[in-house]
Amino acid sequence: MTAGKVLMCGNEALGEAAILAGLDAYFGYPITPQNEVTAYMSKRMPEEGKVFVQCESELAAINMVFGAAATGKRAMTSSSSPGISLMQEGISYLAGARLPSVVVNVMRGGPGLGNIAPSQGDYFQATRGGGHGDYRTFVLGPSTVQELVDCMILAFDLADQYRMTTVVLADGILGQMMEPVVFEKKPGRKLPPKDWALTGADDRDQRIVRSLWLKEGVLEQLNYKLQEKYRLAEKNEVICEQHQIEDSDIVVVAYGVAARIVRAAVTRARREGIKAGWIRPVTLWPFPTGQISKAANEFRIFLVVEFSCGQMVEDVKLAVAGKAPVLFYGRPGGGIPTVEDVLDKIVQLTLNPEHLKNKAKV
Amino acid sequence: MKTVFERTPTFKDYPTHYCPGCGHGIAHRLIAEVIDELDIRGRTIGIAPVGCSVLAYDYLDVDMVEVAHGRAPAVATGMKRTNPDKIIFSYQGDGDLAAIGTGEIIHAANRGEQISVIFINNAVFGMTGGQMAPTTMLGQVTATTQRGRDTETNGYPLKVAELLSILQGTVYVERCALSSPARIRQAKKAVKHAFELQVKGAKGLSLVELLSTCPTYWRVPPAEAMQWIETEMVKVFPLGCLKDISKPD
Repeated sequence: MTAGKVLMCGNEALGEAAILAGLDAYFGYPITPQNEVTAYMSKRMPEEGKVFVQCESELAAINMVFGAAATGKRAMTSSSSPGISLMQEGISYLAGARLPSVVVNVMRGGPGLGNIAPSQGDYFQATRGGGHGDYRTFVLGPSTVQELVDCMILAFDLADQYRMTTVVLADGILGQMMEPVVFEKKPGRKLPPKDWALTGADDRDQRIVRSLWLKEGVLEQLNYKLQEKYRLAEKNEVICEQHQIEDSDIVVVAYGVAARIVRAAVTRARREGIKAGWIRPVTLWPFPTGQISKAANEFRIFLVVEFSCGQMVEDVKLAVAGKAPVLFYGRPGGGIPTVEDVLDKIVQLTLNPEHLKNKAKV
Repeated sequence: MKTVFERTPTFKDYPTHYCPGCGHGIAHRLIAEVIDELDIRGRTIGIAPVGCSVLAYDYLDVDMVEVAHGRAPAVATGMKRTNPDKIIFSYQGDGDLAAIGTGEIIHAANRGEQISVIFINNAVFGMTGGQMAPTTMLGQVTATTQRGRDTETNGYPLKVAELLSILQGTVYVERCALSSPARIRQAKKAVKHAFELQVKGAKGLSLVELLSTCPTYWRVPPAEAMQWIETEMVKVFPLGCLKDISKPD
């Protein structure tokens, strides 16, 4: 990859970023709107002397990731919503076996086969674990192609440090859109040695990677250990941007591409004399509960904007904890709110905030 | 006193969880012996399935991973592609490989993944309580074929070895049985050959199907179970080598 600024679509850029992060193996299955990732990786991975496999299904893809990860290699897959649903079993097993991995979801409209338009309908699935059992994954929600690149590099470090899966939650716009990007490998984190990896029991004891624990109490204790790890991540790994919160009457919360629309709407609202600000979670799990809770300590309206019928809004409500009104505006199934739509909503809500104030007291 | 026989080192001294007369113990020991004879313990990684043999790592003293039901060939692919110098084997039962994991085994074989697969066919789901497997014999009574398996509702016993032998990505496919000392000796030769081919870098997948006993869910005494393989199973699942690219036709 040439140095300096290059123009790339999100799907190709995320692949190149993964290579920069030291990816050993990519496993994928075609699905729109992320097909550029598989095509790009089929060319670039062999060039780097690394592994590329086009799999027979998303089930196979996530299990190939599992296999490579179990031997200590950096492995990833990418897909879009229906394919990610198929991977949930594997992601649960990765959580149980405490294997690091990176999964990119270039979200499309659902439910079912849905459509191939951009969406944020998989927030619940990504941030609640998605598969069976009491587990979490890191979830990163970048909003520009450059941030997507940076998130990919972070994704592998988080995965290795915590022995968890990192889900990078993009959408069809981010995957397809071309933007200038710089590939820059910043000094990485100090990562723990992979002293659990299956490398062959040569002059050492056997290692076992497993998620089955039948003996009474063992699985319970393992779950507590996972939870300890999750609490640590919640304490140390939250990333969130905020702007013009201090004097604001209304704060608009959004992530990913929706946050770009919100930012434009908030700028215009300010121009019209409305005291608006925005909060943009970059880590969707761990969620910036603290920042949002702090912003809710003074009375202001919270508006959550998503490309869905309202999913992240539940996390905002949990963070606000009844201290202020939390309202929602969004469009599902590939519908994209415009800057004007969001601005109208901001204007409408700030015309007479008193009734909301009273409502919040109840 | 002179030692005339010893437990092979890779076969761990561990109390068995298998039922009396079960074939898994025999199959495990064969694999352990082969690993020791080929001196590959230090670079072998095994894959345990979901089923009775999920705890195979309790008996086999090599690095092992336990994977989702049926997905062993995909996991093996991820391991072997990123670690071509390692010897990767999967151990799968008939529910795991021939029911839920049919897609994975066919595509791993068709891609010519350089792995060794030990496939245990005992014509029944063991761990979940003796339900019909794709390999269950016609007329065989199981928890879910209480009047015997019939073709109208359940189709036919799935012949995995035959199916995989026609794929261009397989280098070696043989079916053996664990029903007598002579058969077990032949089975060991087959298991060894499957590993040896991988050690030598043969460009494809090896599979050894082992007809094995499940006295508990066949509801017969162990000795009778051995006999049932000989009298019934081999008629439907004929023994022998179906494909070996290392040997001239």
